[in-house]
Amino acid sequence: MKRHSRALLRLLQLPFSEKATGTAFRAPQRPAWCTAGSAVQGLRKVVTIQSGKEVVFVMRSNHLFAVLAALALAMNGAVAASAAGTIKIGVAGAHSGDLASYGLPTLKAVQLVVRNVNEKGGVNGTPLELLIEDDACKPEIATNTATKLVSSGVRAVIGHTCSGATKAALPIYRDAKVLVISPSATTPGLTQSGEYPNFYRTIAADDTQARAQVNFAVGILKVNKIAVLHDKGDYGKGLAEYARTFIEQSGKAEVVLFEGITPGAVDYSAVIQKVKRSGAEAVLFGGYHPEASKIVGQMRQKRMTIAFVSDDGVKDDTFLKVAGQDAEGVYATGPADVSGNPITKAYREQFRKTEGTDPGAFFDNAVAAALALTGAMVTAGSAEPEAVAKALQTSEVATPFGRIKFDAKGEPIGIGFSIYQVKNGQFVQVQ
Amino acid sequence: MEYFIELLFSGLTRGSIYALIALGYTMVYGIIGLINFAHGEMYMIGAFTALIVSTVLSIHGLPLPAILILTGLAAAVWAGAYGYTVERLAYRPLRNAPRLSPLISAIGMSIFLQNYVLLAQTSDFQPFPALIPDVAFLEPYAAIIGSTDLMILIVSALTMGLLTLGIKFTRIGKAMRATAQDQKMALLVGINVDRIISFTFVIGAALAAIGGLLIASHIGQINFFIGFIAGIKAFTAAVLGGIGSIPGAVLGSFILGLTESFATGYVSSDYEDVFAFSLLVLILIFRPAGLLGKATLEKV
Repeated sequence: MKRHSRALLRLLQLPFSEKATGTAFRAPQRPAWCTAGSAVQGLRKVVTIQSGKEVVFVMRSNHLFAVLAALALAMNGAVAASAAGTIKIGVAGAHSGDLASYGLPTLKAVQLVVRNVNEKGGVNGTPLELLIEDDACKPEIATNTATKLVSSGVRAVIGHTCSGATKAALPIYRDAKVLVISPSATTPGLTQSGEYPNFYRTIAADDTQARAQVNFAVGILKVNKIAVLHDKGDYGKGLAEYARTFIEQSGKAEVVLFEGITPGAVDYSAVIQKVKRSGAEAVLFGGYHPEASKIVGQMRQKRMTIAFVSDDGVKDDTFLKVAGQDAEGVYATGPADVSGNPITKAYREQFRKTEGTDPGAFFDNAVAAALALTGAMVTAGSAEPEAVAKALQTSEVATPFGRIKFDAKGEPIGIGFSIYQVKNGQFVQVQ
Repeated sequence: MEYFIELLFSGLTRGSIYALIALGYTMVYGIIGLINFAHGEMYMIGAFTALIVSTVLSIHGLPLPAILILTGLAAAVWAGAYGYTVERLAYRPLRNAPRLSPLISAIGMSIFLQNYVLLAQTSDFQPFPALIPDVAFLEPYAAIIGSTDLMILIVSALTMGLLTLGIKFTRIGKAMRATAQDQKMALLVGINVDRIISFTFVIGAALAAIGGLLIASHIGQINFFIGFIAGIKAFTAAVLGGIGSIPGAVLGSFILGLTESFATGYVSSDYEDVFAFSLLVLILIFRPAGLLGKATLEKV
């Protein structure tokens, strides 16, 4: 009972506060009574101001449930009625706080796309309306944000920025049958768990890079024994662990060595001898370029010529400069270069014109998310989530990353990692 | 067996790298009882000097052995000048201060020099050319030991020998020992203690610079931070062998290098440092002054 009332309180709080249009940079306003855990018991009086009228509720705990439920229903009905005439799309993410620089480019990107769509008459004649909510990348705020957007009647949401916040918000959207497309949440479980059929993303998941490396090593290089090394860091070790799992799952190759090396050490010859002894036909390295260039250099000194496959922490010009001749033939994964794509160019140019600076993180991904969503709505001929979801999975849309669609789990097909190889001192895309 | 030999040489290479730096630590400590935390920076400055000089010389098209010798000389002289200056600025004014003050001053100097190089050069890693060419007679053993590794081994053994002999048999060596035993008495018998101490710092810095040149050409890259990381390990090695003792520094370095190499080879490189530092703890429990260090009674 107590938990129910609190959930309802949270639900109820939303219609009370202002509608979010145009209040992009404000943290969600939560009435003080909503934040305190035991507020329900102490609650005697709630004053809200809505459309100029002052409404005073005097409540006792035992009546609370009924009163709130009735109220919530009434509010939702009112919102749904006012939604006619536009298609509401939510934009949720970090618009304030430490991580605002990850969320604001997304907001700008979506605004640009929606402006372009509306200038052309909207989706099938219906203009789009953006509802903007800030979650500051905090899961506990994200649930409020989601509830607020859902009760405002959004049909789809672009966001959230961070994986943690996205995960917290997703059940709310799922229950309300709202589509969510995130341009930046990369945690693999969001799609792979199968818990959130309403979730899509326009960025490669964390494990995609490892998958690309493994597919390349096992499928193209056709090696059977792989040594996986990492630098013990979050990035390198995480990648290496995914790679190990994928190699084992592939059934075509085995991991003959899995070790962490100490970054900054003066000599890696012992671990290189170990790689040699393991009989590995390729080394898969998760980490950054200073260690990679030392390992490759010392491998070549020891006359080991086996393939070295690394990641986008190594696909860096410093690696080419430092490793020099030894870098030749090294493979590294990295995001495909999209700067030549006309859509990418056009949106980056529009951003520069309005903002005067270069677009920040995840801008291209957010443009892709907005284009995919609006494109799917056009294809589906409606904004009904089920029809839109079907369109997302079946028809391709032109985005900054080229033409993309989504698989049944919600991962983008067409946004991923490419394999590069060092040839004559340059990274050349080989796959 | 072959694997064992490979690991052995990999450990010896590591050990001799540590030894090149540890020798300077232990020499300064032996004379004035100061842990010169700026010593790693001398190594780093030596490596940068070597990079600049060797680049200039190779533009002029000198043959590789000439480049190597001239670069070594230039790096040693330049780093020696830094060693002298650092001693004059940061340690001499604190000669009679409590022991903690020069220690703090040394850490300050280390931070200053790192940031100086960061600003004067760059924060990026710079490629360092392989100054020691591959030699034909080592080619069958390339998988075990390279020319640079061999050179490092030889140089660190050679410097250890020369230092030990020099301190034992030369006039200045005698003066250094006298200074180490009792500075006041050394003054009374007419030894210019300040000059001896300066000399020690210059030699220490020059050794570190030679180390910088060799190690940088082994690992092929340098940046402003390499001195700190290498310095910590070399310092550990010096303590292990008994700080203040020159053979001790070399012994400690080899033990550290071999431990790390065998731990990596037979257990896992994830635990390389765990083994190295567990060994340090063990040795210090049973021999607090290190393996070859003399336990001295100190009135604190």
